[in-house]
Parts: sequence; C-alpha cells; structure tokens
Amino acid sequence: MTILDATTPEAETMTTDPWTRVCRVDDLLVERGAAALIDGRQIALFRTFDGRIYATDQIDPFSGAAVLSRGIVGDRAGVPTVASPMYKQVFDLRTGACLDTQGKEPLSVRVHPVAVTDGVVFVRISGDPR
Amino acid sequence: MVSSSSSSGSVVVVGAGMVAHRFVESLTARDPEGRWSVTVLGDEKYEPYDRVGLTGYFGGKTAEDLALDARVLTHERVSVRTGSRVVRIDRENCEVATADGATHRYDRLVLATGSFAARLALDGFDHEGCFVYRTLDDVAGIRVWVARRTAQLGRPLRGAVVGGGLLGLEAAGALQAEGVAPFVLQSNERLMSAQLDLGGAKALERLIEARGIDVRTSSVTTRVDADRSGAVCGLELRDGSWEPVDIVVFTVGVRPRDELARAAGLRVDPRGGVVIDGGCDTSDPAILAIGEVASFEGQCIGLVAPGYAMAEVAATRLLGGEAAFPGFDTSAKLKLSGVEVASFGDAFAETPNALDVTYADPVSGVYKKLVLSDDAQTLLGGILVGDASAYTALRPLVGRALGGDPAAYLMPSDLAPAPQGDLPADAIVCSCNGVTAGTVRDAVTEHDCADAAEVKACTKAGAACGSCFTLLKKLVAAELAASGKEVSNGLCEHFSFTRAQLFDAVRVSGLKTFTAIVERFGTGRGCDICKPALASILASLYSEHVLSGELATMQDTNDHVMANIQRDGSYSVVPRIPGGEITPEGLVVIGEVARDFGLYTKITGGQRIDLFGARLDQLPAIWKRLVDAGFESGHAYGKSLRTVKSCVGSTWCRYGVQDSVGMAVQLELRYRGLRSPHKLKFGVSGCARECAEARGKDIGVIATEAGWNLYVGGNGGFTPRHAVLFAEGLDDDGLLRAIDRFLMFYIRTADRLQRTAPWVEEYEGGLEALKGVVFDDTLGVADDLDRAMASHIDAYEDEWAATLADPEKLKRFQSFVNAPEVADPSLAYVAERGQARPATEEERTSGTVFIGGTTLAVRS
Ligand code: SRM
Ligand SMILES: Cc1cc2nc3c(=O)[nH]c(=O)nc-3n(C[C@H](O)[C@H](O)[C@H](O)COP(=O)(O)OP(=O)(O)OC[C@H]3O[C@@H](n4cnc5c(N)ncnc54)[C@H](O)[C@@H]3O)c2cc1C
Ligand code: SF4
Ligand code: FES
Repeated sequence: MTILDATTPEAETMTTDPWTRVCRVDDLLVERGAAALIDGRQIALFRTFDGRIYATDQIDPFSGAAVLSRGIVGDRAGVPTVASPMYKQVFDLRTGACLDTQGKEPLSVRVHPVAVTDGVVFVRISGDPR
Repeated sequence: MVSSSSSSGSVVVVGAGMVAHRFVESLTARDPEGRWSVTVLGDEKYEPYDRVGLTGYFGGKTAEDLALDARVLTHERVSVRTGSRVVRIDRENCEVATADGATHRYDRLVLATGSFAARLALDGFDHEGCFVYRTLDDVAGIRVWVARRTAQLGRPLRGAVVGGGLLGLEAAGALQAEGVAPFVLQSNERLMSAQLDLGGAKALERLIEARGIDVRTSSVTTRVDADRSGAVCGLELRDGSWEPVDIVVFTVGVRPRDELARAAGLRVDPRGGVVIDGGCDTSDPAILAIGEVASFEGQCIGLVAPGYAMAEVAATRLLGGEAAFPGFDTSAKLKLSGVEVASFGDAFAETPNALDVTYADPVSGVYKKLVLSDDAQTLLGGILVGDASAYTALRPLVGRALGGDPAAYLMPSDLAPAPQGDLPADAIVCSCNGVTAGTVRDAVTEHDCADAAEVKACTKAGAACGSCFTLLKKLVAAELAASGKEVSNGLCEHFSFTRAQLFDAVRVSGLKTFTAIVERFGTGRGCDICKPALASILASLYSEHVLSGELATMQDTNDHVMANIQRDGSYSVVPRIPGGEITPEGLVVIGEVARDFGLYTKITGGQRIDLFGARLDQLPAIWKRLVDAGFESGHAYGKSLRTVKSCVGSTWCRYGVQDSVGMAVQLELRYRGLRSPHKLKFGVSGCARECAEARGKDIGVIATEAGWNLYVGGNGGFTPRHAVLFAEGLDDDGLLRAIDRFLMFYIRTADRLQRTAPWVEEYEGGLEALKGVVFDDTLGVADDLDRAMASHIDAYEDEWAATLADPEKLKRFQSFVNAPEVADPSLAYVAERGQARPATEEERTSGTVFIGGTTLAVRS
C-alpha cells in the first residue's frame, strides 16, 4: 500500500467517508492525464513517471474549459507539472500553483489529496470548485 | 512634326493648375535662348493658384492671395488663357481646339489637366447645398451657401463631410471655421485609411473629436434628401439611421481628367490616368502628361510633390536634357490646425519582414510608429499622430541606416534623445502589453533573464498576440551579447540542443523513446515544448502511429486525440479532401455525420469541411462513420501536410494548360501524414492566372505549357510572403523529386515551429544554396533524403483507421475514467443561424435556453 497523503483513507472512512474510489492505478496511463467525475465535479488525475498520482480540478482556470487532464505532463526544474492544452499555462501538480502564466495574471488550480490502496486510486475532494 | 531641341517651337499646356505653373516656370527659367514659346489653356476663370492652400480661403485669403507667382506667366514667351476649355486634340494636325472654337497648333503638347473631385453616385448627390472641395469656385460656393442658409434658417448649420481622408478632415475644419457644426462620415473603420494604420487612426479620431468634429467610422451614406425648396436636409446611412444636415461636402477621392486623352486615342490606364513613362512621354511622342492626370506604373497620385517632379522632368527633356521621374513619394501630412498627422514611406510595413516599433500615449493623444527593416537597422517609413514634429527630420532618412538618434523621435519631444544606438528605452516593443525596449533590456541586465522566453515570462512582452516576438528575440540577443552572456539556442530547460541538432542526435543514436532520449541527451521529464518537438522528429524518422507506446504521452492534445481542440474543450473534425475534389456521395456522408452528431459545419479556407463541437468521447463514432465511407484523417491538428489547394485546371477551365486537380490529388496523397517542424500547405494552379493562390503556400506549383514551375517558401499567416521560383518547366517526376528533397531537408534542419518561409530566408547561402542541395546534391545527402521520403510514403497508414482497429487506443477517448458513458456536463450550446455554437459565459450563468451538448442521436 502506498499512501501519498498523511491521512489514511481508513481513518477518514470512520467519520465522514470523504474518500471516493475512482479507478485502478492501471487505468491511468503514465504521463497522460485522465478525467474523472466525482459527485458531478470534474477532476483530472495524473500518474507521473516516478509512479506518483496527483489530482486537480479538470477546469483550466484560464480558459474555463474542462480540459486539464488532456495537457502534456512533464517537469519544470524537477517539479511535476501539467501544461494546459488550451493556452499552455503550466501548473505544479503538487500544489496547483501556476508556474508559467503565459503573460496572464496567475491563477492556481485546486488540488485534491490522493491515496492508493491495493492498486485502487482514492480522491478526497477539497474545497468548492472555483 | 517633333521639333528638335535646338530650333524654336511651340508648347501648348492644357490645364492651368499647379503643375502647369511649375512646368512653365522650370521651362522658361532654363531657356535663355528662347527655344520654346508656351501657351497655357485653363478652363477655370483664374490664373494658376495654390490649390494645396485652398482652405486658406476660409481663413480670409482671397483669390489674389492664393494666386501663384504671376511673373512666371507674364514672361514674354508665355501666354495664358483662362476660361478656355480644350475640347479636342487633333493629333494628326498637332492642334487643340477650345470650347470657344479657337485652335492652337503645337510642336509639343503637355497635358496637365489634373483631376476632378468625385461625388458618390447616390440619389440626391446634386441637391442644392451639396459640394465637392477642389476649386476656388467650390470654396466660394460653400461660403455663399453657408451664409445664405444660416440666414434663412436662423440657426447655425449642421454639415456632413462624406469621406474621412486628408481632404475630408481639412474640409471639416473649414466648415467649422464658417460656423457650421461638422461631422465626418468614413466608410471604413479608419480615418485617413490610405495613410494610417488602425492605431494611428484611432488616435487621430480622438484628436478630431477633441477639436469638436464628430467622427463616424464604418458609416456608408446611402441617400441624400432635400426639403421642398430643393435644399439638402438629411442623409440616410446604411445602418438605416438618418442624419439632419444643411450642407454636404463630398471628399471621396479624385479621378484623373483623362477624357481628352481618351478621345484622342492615347494610352490610358484602365483605372484612369494617361499612361506615361519615366520621361513623362505618353503613347504619342509629341504629347507629355504631368501632374495628377498622369498614370505612372499603374498609379495616379493626388499629391503635388510628384506632379512638381514630373514638371521638372518634362521641362528638362524638352530642353534636351536627361531626366526620369523617380516614382511616387506618397508621404503626406494633414493640414488641420491643432491636429498633427503625418505618414511617410512604408507606413503599413508592407516590406517583407518589416518590424515596427510603436510609441503610444493615449492621454496626450500621441501615436507614433516607425517601420524598420528586419534587422531593425533601416528606417522604412512611419506614422506620426498627435506630434508630427519629427516628420521633416525622419522623412529623409527613409531607406537609410537608422543610427542612434532617429528612433529617439518616437519619444515625447520634451524628453532627451536616447543615449546612443538601438531603440530608445521608451519605444514600445510589445504593443499588446505596452512593454518598452528599456523594460526588455532591464529584464536581461537586472533580472538575469537568459533568453527571450524568460523575458516573455518576466515582462509579458510577446505573451499576447505574439507578433512582437521576433523583435523581442533580437533585442534580447543583442542585450545578452552586449553584457557578455551566452545566448542559449536550446529548445527548453530539458534540452540544450536546437531542433536540427536534436534531429541528428536522435537519428544517429537510433533511440526511439522519449525516456531513452531524455536520459541520454537531456534532463528531467520534458515539457510541452520538447515533447511535441521530439514526437515530430520521431514521426519523421520512423512513421509510427501517433498513439503508439510512449509517443502518445508526447503529443499535444490535438495530435493525441487526432482532432483540434476548441475554446470550450470540444473538438473539430476535418476529413481529408485531397485537392478539394469531392464526390456528391462524399458530401452527403459528411452532411449526414454532421447532422446526426449535431456538429456545426463550415467550409474552411483550405478547400475542405470542418465539423465543430464534437465531444472527446464522440470522436471514434464520428470517425467510424467517416472511415467506413472512405474518408481519412485530414491532419488539421498536426504539424504536417494540411491541404493541397487546387484550381479546376485544364480538365474544365478553358485556360488551363495542365491537370492541376490531378497533380494536387497526387501531391496530397504522397505527402499526407508527413510530420514536420510546422504545418505544410501546398497549392497547384493550372495556369499563370494562379487561381489556387499557390504562391501563398509553402509549396506552390504552377502549370505552364513547358511543364510545372515550382515555388517555395510562401506563407500566409502573421507574416505573409510570396513563394519564390525554385525551378521551371519540370515534368511530373522531376517535380516530385524536387519537392521530396526540399521537404525532407526542411524537416531535418528547420527550427521548431519554423515555417518554410523563414527557413528558406535564414538558410545559409539562401535560395541558391538550397537549389544546390536539391538539384546538384552539393551536400551529398540527396539519396538519403529520397530514401527517407520513400519510406514515409510506404509506411503511411490512416491514423484514424488504425485507431479504430485498436481497443487499447480507443480507451483514450473515454469521457471519464470512472464513468465512461457520461457526457462532459460542462459543454453548453445555443443555436445561431440554424446551427449550434458554444454558449457564452453570460448565457450559461443567465440560464438562457441552450442545447446541452451536441446531440448524441447516433452512436454505434
Ligand atoms: C479552419 C480554418 C479557418 C477556416 O474556417 O477557414 C483554420 C483554423 C485554424 N487555424 Fe488557420 N485555419 C484555416 C486556414 C488557414 C489559412 C489559409 C489556408 O490554409 O489557405 C492560413 C494562412 C496560410 C498559411 O498558413 O500560410 C492559416 C493560418 C494560420 C496560422 C498562422 C500560421 C503562420 O505561419 O503564421 C495559425 C497559427 C499556427 O499554426 O501557429 C493557424 C491556426 C489555426 C487553428 C489551428 C488555431 C488553433 O490552434 O486552434 C484554427 C483551428 C482549426 C480547427 O479547429 O479546425 N492558422 N489558417 C482553416 C482550415 C483550413 C484547412 O482546411 O485545413
Ligand atoms: C483643398 C485641397 C488641399 C490639398 N492639400 C494638399 C496637400 O497638402 N499636399 C499635397 O501634396 N496635395 C494637396 N492637394 C492636392 C494638390 O492640390 C494637387 O495634387 C495639385 O493641385 C495637382 O496639380 P495639377 O496641376 O496636376 O492639377 P490641378 O491643380 O487640378 O490643375 C489642373 C487644371 O487643369 C484644368 N483643366 C482640366 N481639364 C481641362 C481642359 N480640358 N481644358 C482646360 N483646362 C483643363 C482644371 O480646371 C485645373 O485648373 C490638395 C488639394 C485640395 C483640393
Ligand atoms: S484566423 Fe484562424 S486562428 Fe484566427 S480565429 Fe480565424 S480560424 Fe482561428
Ligand atoms: S505585440 Fe507583443 S504580444 Fe502582441
């Protein structure tokens, strides 16, 4: 079992069950995102080359289109990133911070905690969509 | 009957305008022996006057004040007849006849009849109170009308000036001086559209409005109405509005008065004007034409300076000297007090690769633009609005190297000139984001930006429309060099190679995956710059499917899903229609697919059909239908061959000399799917009429009786360029071989996102060197290039058909990994002109009725 977030899904399940089972790790392609629908909210999931899994909102804050999972995954100075396929702004997959604004005012994307248990990917939705 | 320059002869000048006056002055002043005597026949009742200064009439100048130097006309060998209109030229007898029946014999005839002011052929253009603005009688008429009408109506008048050019603005100022409240109607979106770009025109508009003259651009007058007394009372505009007016002045341009010449059978340009050569000779060696009536190289120009130049040429030649008209200088300056406007040289940056530098200060109403050659060294032209003080100094510098000082004229005149060289710190480099040259330099020196990309991130220069990026790169490179820093040519932080170096590295190493390549030659895990570049390189070398293995992770979304992403995240679908040729059955299939999936359809600029609004998860079903009907991917998404545009050619067209459609289809099928540094477009025309616009394409083919002419390096887009002739009279095989090699060589050596036009231009040794590579194998690579192309052609498969046959690849088109059947709920459409279009943000939030997602009626 790999846990990428401090809280374990089990511990949380006791109280409010905030973790949603999304898919299997094998359903995710390395360095190519996938979209998921969790309670009507669109999420983008990314599996990086080193095996980590990240979740962000699917809506690209710059274009307002639900497309982030379709961007190119890579890195900037070692930081894992996705570049929006629309206008190429680059986001830090760990924090959602915008690393290359392409000249626009920076806008970040919300990130969501991810946990993996027995090859299954869980996401805990954090915060309201923005 | 042409007299030789030594014997005495008679010159008759038709027209007693400004240019005639200058001609007489020049001829008599340099003819002490009295070789020529001159008769000037003018139809106006005045002796020649200063038309340029005509508006001075409203400032209190009289006809006498405006008269040109009378001493010229009282010369002993000059006689001037005013009020005598020439009605006929009798070339056989070398005579002209005037309206009062007199005839004048000539040895040389000089036509200086100028132009008349055009009116619009509108209903009511000649009601009382409608004027043009050309002669002393016109301005006198305006003054009388204004006085009379003001008295009749007992209130100040409202006046319309139709035409917002140089003359119109001057006329508006004149009406204002007479106490009329004027407004200017301009049919297009720019005042002074012959001289100014949009930025300059907008600045001018503000200045004119500030002077109390209303401006209405994009306003076309459709009718002039009169009241019961027959006096003008209103105007109707194309948008249906109606404007009350008491006087209308038409300043919509001038037409050369070439009717005499026409009737006499002299050569006249189809667009008007008596055709002259550099010596001002018309098609009859005894007749010359000068001034506004003369058409030189297909142009008549309504400015006095070129007319004066022609007058000098004509006089010099009559006196036996050598002289030639140098061509038009179209520089112009507006004469409207309080409004400074000038435009000179190549004001619209039409020279290939011209750069422009703009300084704009909307608060003080100043807009200045300098147009420079591609190396930012030579001044080509410019536009000055709001502060034209630099005009006189800059105009002479056109075509010369731009030293340190001239560019400093862009700055507000109260600031000191730039220290030395280069662009002044205040000069705007990026007009979208208002970034100055100084800010760009600071980014390099103060903020340690190491290349143009970093400067872009730091200053936002080049981050909007991108059109200033070339200038930005040059500035940054110069500044880096000046501060002794190394200029990095690397693709991005992951590879320090140029694309061409990387191509060779990949080819020689034989590595085929991103991981292997980045581990060997680069660092990290790549980004949206190096990954697609490498995907393209690998595709050119190995023709593997875009979605095979790790290649899939390197594709931009467009290549990844083999469609073009749209603003709302949906995609467009473009089936290939080789050469633009399509069967009725094919059209029906495309129509049915669009209808069944609710797709918006549009004919593209590339002779095919684009279907918009497809959801990611619909793409396979759409393509299944298309592939089953025999269509294949049109690669509208790829940096690869787009279209081969064709004209109808010899099959149908009565002028065609070869089968251009057949050749276009052959070319499109040969190069389809070929990945390259940027997209590739071709055109094939069946004859020199060039209906396929082939010379606007990367590869242009034009049929001649002798074979195909091949042109290369054309471009539309941001920097349009015509393709240049590469080879003539090729047979089919020769044509294909030349294109094979040219393209493969481009693919191997061009930069990322460098179209063929800049590549050809920047290739060391230029076009000649490229011809050497292609036709004489000067680099010894021809066989290799031929083989590479042959293997591309062999390995081609339709990537959509291959995708449909592979369930693993199809998984990529699921909408949601945990809900593959659910359609993207974020898409929303409204109907417009009978089709769907994405809803705007407003429409979404206001809940205006919309279609939720394009239909999903058919899904196999
Ligand atoms: C659909 C079409 C407009 C239309 O409705 O007619 C079009 C649409 C787009 N063009 Fe274009 N161009 C279209 C003909 C042209 C033409 C005219 C032509 O090909 O005859 C030109 C100028 C000719 C040329 O390329 O030299 C043209 C010059 C551009 C450029 C500027 C390229 C340049 O070198 O400066 C871009 C931007 C780029 O590629 O980087 C561009 C980019 C685009 C993109 C891909 C923008 C984007 O990234 O989303 C548009 C999306 C297409 C889509 O979703 O399907 N489009 N575009 C035309 C498709 C033709 C086709 O059948 O493939
Ligand atoms: C208000 C105004 C402002 C202008 N401002 C500028 C400016 O700032 N800068 C600039 O460069 N230009 C300006 N121009 C344009 C400039 O005046 C003309 O370019 C110049 O006058 C052209 O000289 P021309 O001799 O060729 O023609 P014209 O001056 O038009 O003279 C031609 C003469 O020939 C006569 N004629 C025609 N046919 C016959 C015939 N069959 N028989 C006898 N006579 C005939 C006409 O009546 C006319 O008098 C302005 C024009 C106007 C009206
Ligand atoms: S010109 Fe081309 S890129 Fe621009 S909006 Fe039209 S289709 Fe899109
Ligand atoms: S001018 Fe710089 S981005 Fe448009």
